[in-house]
Amino acid sequence: MAARSSRTRVGPLAARSGAAPALDVDALLDDRSTGIIVCCGSGGVGKTTTSAALALRAAERGRKVVVLTIDPARRLAQSMGIEQLDNTPRPVTGVDAAAGGHLDAMMLDMKRTFDEVVEGQASPEKAQQILENPFYVALSSSFAGTQEYMAMEKLGQLHADAQRDGSYDLIVVDTPPSRSALDFLDAPERLSSFLDGRFIRLMLAPAKGPARLMSAGIGLITNALTKILGGQVLRDVQTFVAALDTVFGGFRARAQKTYALLQADGTAFLVVAAPEPDALREAAYFVERLGEDRMPLAGLVVNRASPAPRGRLSADEATTAAARLRKLDPTSLTAGLLRLHADRVRTTEREAVLRERFAAAHPHVATAVVPALPTDVHDLKGLRRVGTLLAQG
Amino acid sequence: MTDAAWAKVRLHVVTGKGGTGKSTVAAALALALASHGKHVLLCEVEGRQGIARMFDVDPLPYAERRIAAGLDPGDGRRAGVVHALHIDPEAALLEYLAMYYKLGRAGRALDRFGVIEFATTIAPGVRDVLLTGKVFEAVQRNSRNKGAIEYDAVVLDAPPTGRISQFLNVSGELAGLAKVGPIKSQSDTMMTLFRSPRTAVHLVTVLEEMPVQETADGIAELRANGLPVGAVVVNQVRPRDIAADDLLAARSGGLDKEAVREDLEAAGVTATKTLVDGLAAEARDHAERRALEDAQRALVAELDAPSYELPLLAGGIDLGGLYDLAARLREQGMA
Repeated sequence: MAARSSRTRVGPLAARSGAAPALDVDALLDDRSTGIIVCCGSGGVGKTTTSAALALRAAERGRKVVVLTIDPARRLAQSMGIEQLDNTPRPVTGVDAAAGGHLDAMMLDMKRTFDEVVEGQASPEKAQQILENPFYVALSSSFAGTQEYMAMEKLGQLHADAQRDGSYDLIVVDTPPSRSALDFLDAPERLSSFLDGRFIRLMLAPAKGPARLMSAGIGLITNALTKILGGQVLRDVQTFVAALDTVFGGFRARAQKTYALLQADGTAFLVVAAPEPDALREAAYFVERLGEDRMPLAGLVVNRASPAPRGRLSADEATTAAARLRKLDPTSLTAGLLRLHADRVRTTEREAVLRERFAAAHPHVATAVVPALPTDVHDLKGLRRVGTLLAQG
Repeated sequence: MTDAAWAKVRLHVVTGKGGTGKSTVAAALALALASHGKHVLLCEVEGRQGIARMFDVDPLPYAERRIAAGLDPGDGRRAGVVHALHIDPEAALLEYLAMYYKLGRAGRALDRFGVIEFATTIAPGVRDVLLTGKVFEAVQRNSRNKGAIEYDAVVLDAPPTGRISQFLNVSGELAGLAKVGPIKSQSDTMMTLFRSPRTAVHLVTVLEEMPVQETADGIAELRANGLPVGAVVVNQVRPRDIAADDLLAARSGGLDKEAVREDLEAAGVTATKTLVDGLAAEARDHAERRALEDAQRALVAELDAPSYELPLLAGGIDLGGLYDLAARLREQGMA
């Protein structure tokens, strides 16, 4: 408890009436005690762009940064020099190093990270046996949560390396594009509870237990499984479970260590959302969950906000005027402009209501609002622009 | 009215990159298909209860529930009905076991010893096979499921584009697991449906670079797997009521502001300089966005799949918005 409240990283800097406190991104990036920034949120809200923009901005403000991305757009990956999936950070060229910082980037290779964990934990023969088992192949490439777990694993590795050789003083992590932002936090628990599951223990029991207490149950199950799946499957399961048994302890210990790292003071979570009901609902769940798990929340980034309308003409006035003009001239340019204006007013009003509701329920969450850019971001110039907007948010 | 290509389709699979609105499009398509007295089932498989939220009903159980009347056909005929089903793999596995294997005590033991959990979380592809298996069962009702509704069409709110081929390619997914036996032959039957003209995989995109690229990749992957590509549904399209030369002028800052000012005054709006300049600036943003959309639209046209467009709704998506989008899909011939 004490550890969590020992410092308030980002507080309410400007009290706007009825609105959330502003998130001071530059203060967060400049704070040397910020060692890890985790960007999370539901899919399609711009997490990857946000994390890359934050990492670039931090580097150009003098931090030694590595950014771990999950699934960047091809052109963005190319411009950062990380289109190769080799699971190692590579320096990004074109970063302004005047302030003494630098930026490395890497793209997560989930299967390779998992394989490396196995290879690091088991003897070469045992590792080989595990890597070839069809259940391991499934676990390492399609198990719900493996990507999240491996992102955490890689974060743990980068952090340990950075501690040892001082190569980085800030790690920015993008999280996998899951439906739910909570998946990232739930993944290690899901993997551990799976590895601790009754079925796994049951499969291990015949090999281990002196008295086969559950043999009646096992007989029933073995028969049922054989009937449905055939005998080969059952043998594969048994081999897999027996082979993995030796590395279980290692997995669990590592997952706990990374979890503790996320709860530590040097970590800052940024929840990323779009001004849409689903994305903000996910963000709310996540904010609450971070609180329950005592994880340090730095704030909320609302991406893709519609730019504010200019002038004070209301949506209704604009719509009425547009209708009048269209009666005279169906192709009237001014009518088109008025309709655009009305749409923009309606959209920003709807988004403002959504943000206010979020702020009412979570009044202490510092928020940065980033307007939608009319075009895609695919180079450092674009990332710098996003970084500036984040800092102004 | 309906494009001939879709007349035979019984299973509409709707996929798309996160954030493009695939669930919205799936719901609108279900309403549109239910227009002419048809019974349509809308399924979700990602455990999000998104359907319940969109239609403003209680969270859906693992059972087919009536959730809405179809889009009014507007010709005096009665609209059909949309049912919804939330498919979760554990319930699907228990149902499957009960339907095909009289396991009795062993079935309960499987659950008690965590086999159901194991099978649905880790066994290669089993989770996907259970989800698609239930969808298959809804499309092709069999005698084991007595009294079940026969649907004219099933719409599946499917996993995102990056995963869709793997999700539907059940035989491939099971290859490492079940080489022989009943599961193998059942998954082969499912593949026959998924690869037939009775299935169409629709991809939802918005006119931005990454979603369009992902759509192109998704289509290539579906075709490589022999899965039938349906339509590309372009969502959240900005209005196109401003002429091309005006857009050009807006981008270069050359709009005739004086004419705009006169129009505004004629329409009874006090045309302050702030307002006129503001409208011009908004027009420039819009023109930039339109240029991006036009470039991406040209790429969509090269995808060799019919495309349909849905507008960005300034008011957001509610039930009324879903019917609005359904009507637009119908007008364009997708349903």
